[in-house]
Amino acid sequence: MEAFTTHRGILAPLDRANVDTDQIIPKQFLKSIARTGFGPSAFFDWRYLLMGEDNPEFELNEARYADRSLLVTRNNFGCGSSREHAVWALAQDGYKVIIAPYRGEGDDYIPGFADIFKNNCSKNGVVTIELSEAEVETIFQAVYGEDGLEASVDLEKQKLTLHGDSEVTFDFDYDASVKNKLLKGLDDIEESLLFLDDIKKFEETHATWIHQ
Amino acid sequence: MKGILSYNVSPSNQELFMAKTLFEKIWDRHVVRDLPDGTSLLYIDRHLVHEVTSPQAFEGLRLTGREVRHPELTFSTMDHNVPTDDTRLTIKDPISKAQVEALETNCNESGIHLYGIGDENQGIVHVIGPEMGITVPGLTLVCGDSHTSTHGAFGTLAFGIGTSEVEHVLATQTLRQKKPKTFKVEFTGKLSPHVHSKDMVLKLIGIIGTAGGTGSVFEFCGEAIEALSMEARMTICNMAIEGGAKAGLIAPDQTTFDYILAQDRPFVPKGEALEKAMEEWKKLPSDPDAVFDRTLTIDASKIAPQVSWGTSPGMVIDVDTPVPGLDEVPGYSAGDVQKALDYMGLDAGQKLTDCKLDTVFIGSCTNARIEDLRRAAAVVDGKKKADHLRFMVVPGSQQVRKQAEAEGLDVIFKAAGAEWRWAGCSMCLAMNPDKLAPQERCASTSNRNFEGRQGAGGRTHLVSPEMAAAAAVAGHFVDIRTWNGGEN
Repeated sequence: MEAFTTHRGILAPLDRANVDTDQIIPKQFLKSIARTGFGPSAFFDWRYLLMGEDNPEFELNEARYADRSLLVTRNNFGCGSSREHAVWALAQDGYKVIIAPYRGEGDDYIPGFADIFKNNCSKNGVVTIELSEAEVETIFQAVYGEDGLEASVDLEKQKLTLHGDSEVTFDFDYDASVKNKLLKGLDDIEESLLFLDDIKKFEETHATWIHQ
Repeated sequence: MKGILSYNVSPSNQELFMAKTLFEKIWDRHVVRDLPDGTSLLYIDRHLVHEVTSPQAFEGLRLTGREVRHPELTFSTMDHNVPTDDTRLTIKDPISKAQVEALETNCNESGIHLYGIGDENQGIVHVIGPEMGITVPGLTLVCGDSHTSTHGAFGTLAFGIGTSEVEHVLATQTLRQKKPKTFKVEFTGKLSPHVHSKDMVLKLIGIIGTAGGTGSVFEFCGEAIEALSMEARMTICNMAIEGGAKAGLIAPDQTTFDYILAQDRPFVPKGEALEKAMEEWKKLPSDPDAVFDRTLTIDASKIAPQVSWGTSPGMVIDVDTPVPGLDEVPGYSAGDVQKALDYMGLDAGQKLTDCKLDTVFIGSCTNARIEDLRRAAAVVDGKKKADHLRFMVVPGSQQVRKQAEAEGLDVIFKAAGAEWRWAGCSMCLAMNPDKLAPQERCASTSNRNFEGRQGAGGRTHLVSPEMAAAAAVAGHFVDIRTWNGGEN
C-alpha cells in the first residue's frame, strides 16, 4: 500500500447522507476480476445520464470540481455492501481523503462512515476523517462559497486545513493503529505473518469443530 | 490499602469470575494475541468465499507467492452471477462467466471445497453454510459479503469483510480486529399472527436507523426471539448489517441443536467430537449478570407488518400508516426524504396499500429458506396472482428447492402463476439476468431498497414473505392481518 503522510488538493461536496456502496459502484461493475479500471464508474447512476453523457444535475460533475481529490459528505457514508470495489472506484477516481460527520455522543454516537467501508479505506490508503456536524457544515459552506477551494491533510498531526481566503484548521481523531499503517504504507498480511509462530501455537489446541 | 471485603484474587481467576456476554465468550476463545496497537489477532474458523469478492484476493496471493493456509476451513459457492432460469448452466454474459470460471480455477488450485453451478448443494452462500453444517455455534466465520451476519443466528461471530481482508484470511487464517461493543436488543412478548422475524428486524432498523448499530455486535434475545425457528432467526441476523452492526448474535439453544442434528449435515462434528462440541456450545449463552454497552427493548406484541417506502432500510413504516412527510422521518434530513420520495414515485401521506405493484420477488439470503417458502405458499394456496404483475419465487439453495418440491410447494406457486426458479441471489442485486426495469415497483423479501439495487431505476419495497405473497395475489400491498377478513 502507498503511504499517506500529507495531501493537498481541491475539495468537492456530496450533500447526501447514507450514501451506500451500491451508489458508489453499482453491481454491474463487480463482475470484473481485475483490481483496476473502476474509477470512471464511481457514482455511475448519479454521474451519467442514460446515454452515457455526464448528468449536469450531479454536483460532482460541476467543472469547478473536475480536479478534486478530497470529498466532503454527510453521515453514514459507505453503508451497505462490503464490496471493496467501492473504495477502489473512489481511489482510482482520484479521491485521497473523505470527510464525513459523526453524530451524537455516548450511546447515541453514530460515526461518519460505515464499518466495513472505513476498514476497506484503510487497506487502500484512503483517509477517512470524522468531524462534528457543525464542523462539516462549515466545510460545506466554505466549498460552496469559494470556487476551487483547496484543503490539506496532515495525518501525522491529525489536522485538516481549508486554504480559503482565511485559513481554517480542524483537528481530528484517528485510530492509532490505522494511522501508523497509513503513514508507513504497511502491508497487513506481512505484518500479521510476523506472528506466524503464535498462530501455529494457537492452532495446536484450538478446536474448529469441523468434521473432515 | 485493601478494604475489608477484598480478596486476593489473581488476574486469571478474576477473569474466570467475570460475567461474560455470548460475544465476549466467542471473542476470548479466538484471540491468538492482543497486539500493542490495540487490535487483536483473531483466529477465523470458517471462511466462505463467493465469485464476486474473491478473484482479486487470490490474485494477491499469487503475486506475493502465498498459499491458502487452511483450504479445509474454506468453502466456496457461486450465487451472485448465476442465472436462475433454465439457462442456469450456461452463463451468456462473458464477464459473469469469466468471474465464475476464475472461482473454479482458484478453488481447484488451492484445494478449496466448491459448490459450483449444477452441484446439488449449490446455493446462496448464507443459505448453504448452515445447510451443510459448515456453520455451527461458537465459531468465528467471515465472508466477503456483508450479509455474513446471517450465521450469527447459530451463536457464531459472523461478519462481512472486504477483499483485502479475504486475502488476509486466506493467507493467515486470522484477521486483525478491534473489539466491537455489545448491544443487547431484547424482544419481549409474543408476535401477532402474520407478523414475523422480517417485521421485527425492519422495525428495529426503523427505530435505530441504518447506522444505529455501527461499531457494535447485536445480541438478539427475549421471549419473541426464543420462540423463533432457525430460519426466522437467520432473517433477523441477516439484516443486522442493515442496522449498521458488525454482526448479530442469538444464543444457541435446543432449537439450534435440533436444526443442526435434524439431518445429515456433512461438516457437523460426529460422535465423541460432537459431544465435546455440544458441551462447549451449551456454555455459550451470555451469563445472567453480563453487562452490555447498550441495551434496547422492543415489545414484539406491538409490531405490525412492515413495508419500506424509501431508499434506505431505515425508511420503513407499519403497513397501515401513510407515507411520512419530509420532517417526519427521524434520522433523515428533509432533503434526503424528498430525494427518496421522488425516486420511489411516492407522495407524503399516500397509502402504500394503494400502490400498484409490477413485480413480486420472493428470494435472497434474507428470506429464501424452506420456512419462508412454506409461509408464502400458505398465503397463495388456491389463489392466483394479479394478472398485471410478475411473480418470482427463487429458492435460496438447490436443497431448499428440492425440499419445497417434495412438499408440493412448487405446485402451489406455479398454480398461482409464479415463476419457480433455480437457486441464486437473483433479483436481490441484479448482477444476473433477473432485474427490474426503470420505475418498476417491486415487493421484495430481500434486504436492501437502495436506489438501483434490483435494477437501475427500479423501486424496491422490503417486506416479509407472507406480505409479498399476499401482495402478489392482491396486486398491491395489503395488511395481511385483516386481508380477506383475516382468514389467512
